[in-house]
Amino acid sequence: MPPPKRPPEKPKNVAATLKRVFSYLSESKFLLIVFFCCVVFSAGSQVLGGYLLRPIVDEGIKPLIGHVDDPVRMSKFIWMLVRMGLVYGMGALSAWLYSRIMLSVSTKALLRIRTQLFRSMESLPIRFFDNRTHGELMSLYTNDVDTMREMLSNSLANIVSGLITLVGFFVVMLVLSWQLTLVVLVSLFVMTYVTKTIGGNSAKFFIRQQGALGKVNGYIEEMIEGQKVVKVFCHEDQARADFEVLNGELCHAATRAHTFANILMPIMNNLNHINYALVATVGAGLAIYFPSVLSTGTLIAFLTCSNQFSRPFSQMSQQINSILTALAGAERIFRVIDEKPEEDNGYVTLVYAEEDENGNLRETDHRTGIWAWRHPHKAEGTVTYTKVQGKVELDGVTFGYVPEKTVLKNVSLYAKPGQKIAFVGSTGAGKTTITNLINRFYDVPDGKIRYDGININKIKKADLRRSLSMVLQDPHLFSGTVLDNIRYGKLDATDEECIAAAKLANADAFIRHLPQGYHTYISGDGSNLSQGQVQLLNIARAAVADPPVLILDEATSSIDTRTEALIEKGMDRLMEGRTVFVIAHRLSTVRNSNAIMVLENGEIIERGDHDDLIAQRGKYYQLYTGAFELS
Amino acid sequence: MIKKLASYVKEYKIYAILTPLVMIGEVVMEVLIPLVTADIISSLENKTATLGYIAQKGALMVLMAVISLIFGALGGTFGSRASMGFAKNLRSALFAKVQDFSFGNVDHFSTSSLITRLTTDVNHVQMSFMMLIRSAFRSPIMLVCAVIMAVRVNSRLATVFLIAIPILALSFILISTNAHPRFKAMLKKYDGLNATVQENLIAIRIVKAFVREKHEIEKFELSADEVRIAQKRAEKLIILNMPIMQLVMHGSIIAVLYFGGKLIGVGEFDLGQMTGFLTYIGQTLTSLMMLSMLFMMMIISVAAAKRICEVLDEVPDIADGEGNSAARLKDGSVEFQNVSFSYHKDPENLNLSGIDLSVKSGETIGIIGGTGSGKTSLVQLIPRLYDALEGKVLVGGRDVKEYSLKTLRNGVAMVLQKNVLFSGTIRENLLWGNENATQEEIEEACRNADAHNFISSFPDGYETMLGQGGVNVSGGQKQRLCIARALLKKPKIIILDDSTSAVDTATDAKIRSAFRTKLEGTTTFIIAQRISSVQDADRIVVMDDGRICDVGTHEQLLETSEIYREVYTSQQKGEND
Repeated sequence: MPPPKRPPEKPKNVAATLKRVFSYLSESKFLLIVFFCCVVFSAGSQVLGGYLLRPIVDEGIKPLIGHVDDPVRMSKFIWMLVRMGLVYGMGALSAWLYSRIMLSVSTKALLRIRTQLFRSMESLPIRFFDNRTHGELMSLYTNDVDTMREMLSNSLANIVSGLITLVGFFVVMLVLSWQLTLVVLVSLFVMTYVTKTIGGNSAKFFIRQQGALGKVNGYIEEMIEGQKVVKVFCHEDQARADFEVLNGELCHAATRAHTFANILMPIMNNLNHINYALVATVGAGLAIYFPSVLSTGTLIAFLTCSNQFSRPFSQMSQQINSILTALAGAERIFRVIDEKPEEDNGYVTLVYAEEDENGNLRETDHRTGIWAWRHPHKAEGTVTYTKVQGKVELDGVTFGYVPEKTVLKNVSLYAKPGQKIAFVGSTGAGKTTITNLINRFYDVPDGKIRYDGININKIKKADLRRSLSMVLQDPHLFSGTVLDNIRYGKLDATDEECIAAAKLANADAFIRHLPQGYHTYISGDGSNLSQGQVQLLNIARAAVADPPVLILDEATSSIDTRTEALIEKGMDRLMEGRTVFVIAHRLSTVRNSNAIMVLENGEIIERGDHDDLIAQRGKYYQLYTGAFELS
Repeated sequence: MIKKLASYVKEYKIYAILTPLVMIGEVVMEVLIPLVTADIISSLENKTATLGYIAQKGALMVLMAVISLIFGALGGTFGSRASMGFAKNLRSALFAKVQDFSFGNVDHFSTSSLITRLTTDVNHVQMSFMMLIRSAFRSPIMLVCAVIMAVRVNSRLATVFLIAIPILALSFILISTNAHPRFKAMLKKYDGLNATVQENLIAIRIVKAFVREKHEIEKFELSADEVRIAQKRAEKLIILNMPIMQLVMHGSIIAVLYFGGKLIGVGEFDLGQMTGFLTYIGQTLTSLMMLSMLFMMMIISVAAAKRICEVLDEVPDIADGEGNSAARLKDGSVEFQNVSFSYHKDPENLNLSGIDLSVKSGETIGIIGGTGSGKTSLVQLIPRLYDALEGKVLVGGRDVKEYSLKTLRNGVAMVLQKNVLFSGTIRENLLWGNENATQEEIEEACRNADAHNFISSFPDGYETMLGQGGVNVSGGQKQRLCIARALLKKPKIIILDDSTSAVDTATDAKIRSAFRTKLEGTTTFIIAQRISSVQDADRIVVMDDGRICDVGTHEQLLETSEIYREVYTSQQKGEND
């Protein structure tokens, strides 16, 4: 899997993205309101607790001096402490409550984001996947959702509570003494400046570090995946040397980034101390020379507040970066969610049908072995049924994956129901492209491809694909048992049907040799099976689907010829009565086809059955004989 | 394990030692500063303060803050240098180690697991290391210093710590030990979720072809919900940390206010001392919390560290030849003497057994057999990608174990079944075969591999950029580039392991004819599925179930070998009707 080689990004539209992220939370509006109340309360209790310290000192402790035994003064002191205890206790409780609410809400939101992302991914056209690496898409689910989780569960609450604490302390300080608050403002200005400079540098180097890390990880992936080739070519020393360079760059950037991040805290802390000294000196001056302006009690309370003032400040400055990263990730996720899904204007659907004695088709709700196309006609308000037979026509199809490069040029062909049509030609001639068009992985202009006489653009994609079964060049399996994998072709197939399909594909013998037979668990795309065995299971999967049309794209290329000969009977049975499109390198696989199309550079240059083509003495003849004589 | 990892700090050792040392400096200042603030408050309270006194104390405080700042900044700088340097060394060591791995070692770990170990695991260890050197000393020292200072200020009040510290420590320990297995469970669910996504990315065509989008979405929703539940279960515990911390801290503050207030009442304590004392409570309890976070992080990264050590401890099972390492390959002859081989080094489960085969220099040998018959295993022994379990493999008349690996593999070119191109230009990829190759040599090799024509048809020719894994060329083109790359080595022996399976028959024939005419003196092994690819070889080896069953020319084998005949007819069927 290639690594995400994407340069680190900054979010483009912070406000809009943030709003959209919130929309995922807003389902439980009531809880959100409680959440904000709790955050406000928890932060407020911190400020209030600090504020309560002054009356406790001035009105609780001081009157006590020399009068410890006075029960009135004592009970007043205790009452004040209880009040403070209540405030702090409620604060802790609401801190827990808001974390708990956020945990519930954010995990649910993440679930919805993940599912929506996956849903939208499943609905996207093949073209989307062809243009992106797996690593790129995978990292949406891992890195990007993760940073969003971090943001939702920590950063948001921290920022809100930091902001409230900051404002709260500021107001308290202002109430206590506006003169001293001016002094604090000066310090605040310095702190903001320092945060901005250091934080900015840190962010810059973090972005550089992410880039370097991406390169290093990419190199590791590529080299380890190609490790065997590296060995065969004795390229180890070169690989080591190249790696050293990349690794050195990473180390440099990472050191810088972390240095800036690390020094921010001590600097802020100590600036705070300096601020304290400054306030104390100025305050003492005021208290001594202008006692009417500032009492010592107020000064002490002020000092306590200003001491706590910088904490939320540095906390918030650290959160900003992670929020920006998370928003950049959220934007990437939303881009995929907003991606236009596979277009489907089809309205012709596939239905089970039964035939009455007059040969008229009637729709039923159970499997009858007969399929029909249900074709509603809007204008007349009627519905007609066409029996699914597997007649496929291509009429002058021209197609390119990108507009500049045509892959197929004016291809026309006609497959009668039950016919076997083969495509032959060198790699890149356009064989697979034709099958991609028949099942509408890619779309061609209207009317160019017809299925049982119906323009395939009118057929609902899902129904069209259900009527076709494919065995692809790269066979794949899903995590699950062997039986689950075969049943993938028809979800309601019984065990017996699956086993019959496996027998047909000649897979039964090896499956029975597996540790748990049909119930053997397959993991990691069938890494415990050989490539040939994986392919046999893919054939069984297509067999159980029992479709009118079958597409075999190099289905037997990874099976050795002896095994192929063994499954040939099964394959013949599988192909019986169906329209089959076969792509193969081995000419022996295609020779008994009704028609063979020889493709070159996207054009059909020869067509006919085997004997016709041999008689033509053209390209096919060359290919065919070349394999045996051109040596 | 820790010792092993620590040895990779190497040249950054000085920083790794300095970091905790300067952190101590910072801690000392941080603990002393509240004393000064206490003095300021006391003097204000007692009305003994003069502006000069306050200014003097203020100046002292600024001085201490500057010292603390310098120490703190140094700690941050040294800490990041030490930990990033450590991570660099660790990554280099791992990468270098993997380069020494034999095929067997790589199989043992699997590619994806090796990648995780070199990327994610190293990152984990790096972050823990930084936290360790920055906090492992700082927090306990802070804890101890703050407690000592508190005791010095007032030993009777300090009994509050006797209650607060154990309560907090106990709850932190309970939370983290309970949370750990829950986090592990969550990560497992998370892996399952990612596996589903990955599966869908790889097999999207199958999902779409079988119209199973809904089915897959249901599967995904199920595992996504499992992730949600597991995450909630794990984090439910972690979010208790903060409120408990607040409760204990504020409880202690109120206790100090109460008892301290009473003491002040009787004149045994003053307000300045009280503010100092309150600061020490804060410092003590925050450092305790830091320690619990550190503990949590350590638990998580132990698993990562273990996985890294496994790679570092793996012994490469193929070592360089011990004999005369200067020895060159005399010629391209190959001889197998009663060789048996097993991927698992298990004599009970042999992949090859009783192989005897002698190949003269310059001969062309075709190898045919079903999947799993041992064709690939056999040829992999020639460049010593694996070692034989028993018997000897001789190349150029010498045991392969006597050559240095470099000499041997430079003399034996192998085109692997699962071949890989790297990101870079076509030329860069080809130069892997011989970095000093001239344009003429490159073109010649490409002509022989029938690759020159299609390369020239690209707008950028040999400078065309290939994506990772050669994604922008077709399967057949990729195979031909791989053959050309191998040819550039000018090897004495060349092995093609099913290397033309994606190439059409005509091109395949062209390549073989080029081999015959241009590479006359080179011993050639061709593994193929198609009889046509091997039928004109000097000799054809027919393999079945890890053994050689027949050897001979095409005509001889048609006479004598049943298997060969079977394969032949299966490919020829209908040919003669």
